[in-house]
Amino acid sequence: MSTKIVYGLYDDDDVLMDGVKAIRSKGHHIDEVYTPFPMHGLDHAMGLKESRLAICSFIYGVIGAAFAIWMMWYIMIYNWPQNIGGKPNFTLIDNLPAFIPITFEITVLFAGHLMVITYLIRCKLYPGAKTSSPDPRTTDDKFLMEIHVNGDTSEIKDLMRETGAIEVTEKEENH
Amino acid sequence: MHYESPIREPLVLNDKTYSQITEDIAAPIEGRANKHWWTLFIISLATFLWGMGCIAYTVGEGIGVWGLNKTVNWAWDITNFVWWVGIGHAGTLISAVLLLFRQKWRMSINRSAEAMTIFAVVQAGLFPIIHMGRPWLAYYVLPLPNQFGSLWVNFNSPLLWDVFAISTYLSVSLVFWYMGLIPDFAMIRDRAKTGKATQKIYQILSFGWSGKAKHWQRFELISLVLAGLATPLVLSVHTIVSMDFATSVIPGWHTTIFPPYFVAGAIFSGFAMVQTLLLVMRKVIPGLQSYITIQHIELMNIVIMVTGSIVGVAYITELFIAYYSGVEYEQYAFLNRATGPYAWAYWCMMSCNVFSPQFMWFKKLRTSIAFTFIISIIVNIGMWFERFVIIVTSLHRDYLPSSWSMFSPSFVDVSIFIGTIGFFFVLFLLYSRTFPVIAQAELKSIVKSSGSQYKKDRKDEH
Repeated sequence: MSTKIVYGLYDDDDVLMDGVKAIRSKGHHIDEVYTPFPMHGLDHAMGLKESRLAICSFIYGVIGAAFAIWMMWYIMIYNWPQNIGGKPNFTLIDNLPAFIPITFEITVLFAGHLMVITYLIRCKLYPGAKTSSPDPRTTDDKFLMEIHVNGDTSEIKDLMRETGAIEVTEKEENH
Repeated sequence: MHYESPIREPLVLNDKTYSQITEDIAAPIEGRANKHWWTLFIISLATFLWGMGCIAYTVGEGIGVWGLNKTVNWAWDITNFVWWVGIGHAGTLISAVLLLFRQKWRMSINRSAEAMTIFAVVQAGLFPIIHMGRPWLAYYVLPLPNQFGSLWVNFNSPLLWDVFAISTYLSVSLVFWYMGLIPDFAMIRDRAKTGKATQKIYQILSFGWSGKAKHWQRFELISLVLAGLATPLVLSVHTIVSMDFATSVIPGWHTTIFPPYFVAGAIFSGFAMVQTLLLVMRKVIPGLQSYITIQHIELMNIVIMVTGSIVGVAYITELFIAYYSGVEYEQYAFLNRATGPYAWAYWCMMSCNVFSPQFMWFKKLRTSIAFTFIISIIVNIGMWFERFVIIVTSLHRDYLPSSWSMFSPSFVDVSIFIGTIGFFFVLFLLYSRTFPVIAQAELKSIVKSSGSQYKKDRKDEH
């Protein structure tokens, strides 16, 4: 028997949220929900894991700070030490106070940009990518629930209608 | 889930639904520009082109065409630079600091405020590059090895800190702004007819956004982390700009109060510019009046009043410390500011920045659109004079009375400054016709808690 995709279209975020909770409580797995705006608590209701992007950002920031200090040590202390206005430049520790601003800036630069690049890669977002949303109304005011079903779809469809879906459709999964 | 105290005024007026918000935000992009827009655009474009001509003239002839002299070797260029960077700060403050404080009123103004940040920092970046005289050697400020022609850069110099601060600030603000724009571009894309150029352009711009739950979860997280990064960043940028002066040994510049004083001034001038822009935008695009309400204007006026007062305290502290330090050079620098040949600029600064925001204590005045507009222009002028006073009055009478002089700008100085204002408005006007000017996705998430219809319904239930 082939896998079918069932879509339930909702026109209100609270109705959708209750629907997600009701259908999950019956033991069904919700594959995707498309919404026009971020809904707080939807990720928990669907059972999604926490995102680890913040940890990534912290690691990138640490790399940035290390890179900044290494760069300034290499340029000012190791490769070409100069006496500029009598400021101490013989050891890193002497010169460190003057390096704080740039260390901070490069930390932010690395943490911000590399996190965003990771986010774009993880979400497969790039210029010119086609949208994977099956219904263009989901960027306006509609909410779409997607469930993959093996076998009989009528139970899921009834559940969606019961929880307030305004449109329920199904299609064959393309392989 | 959607509870909000009934005492709070609604942030979205006229009973908007989700789809009405979509319509309202898409309308300026899908419709045609009106006469006001074209008039403003043509004036801005003409001043921009005139300014560009004067930049070309400066580069061709050298910076001798400016009014600078041996004593006053920094004047309008650096004044304009600090003024524009300062204006930029309000955008990041609204989008990042107000996000961390969970202030919902930021949502209808953050997009335009961030656009203003980016366009203002672009103008700011022009001035140090032109002032180099040989802008094709601008890459000398990058840490490139000695073989490229110059020596390694000097990391002990606050001017180099500035290079890193401004470029990090510009690029991180740009990314923060763009990440928020992606879902809104997707909204425009999905409304456009298939095959039309609009659809293709917005398909490229929207990066294939589809609004999946996991993507929204990550979106919210990176917004929070970027806000957390941008908050200390914005404070660091103006701190470092102030260090251009504060780490020198010129009387009038060598003061430890500069970093907080500059940051407060930056927020002050930036909010004034946000007011100027939003009041014009609200007038030109009446559909936005349900989102940018009197309440938003009032809250921004309160920020202007508070930061204006902080700036006032800083001015007075500076005067007192000059007297209290017992250093005669420092004392003279401040006496000269207040009573010397540039006293007119000093008192102009004092009255615009310290006196005029005090009117905002009156509710009637801070909720008046016309009055707010006038004050916002006055504050912009006052903050330009603040930088002019700090820079020129500290330089024009140095240690040797035989080298004392005055500064008078040449027509090139004036034209380049006016030209950057034109450039700024060209960018902003183009933005207002092609970008979703309100973060509509985020705004939809607060309609149920702060929309007028929903608040009324909840009131009736009780």
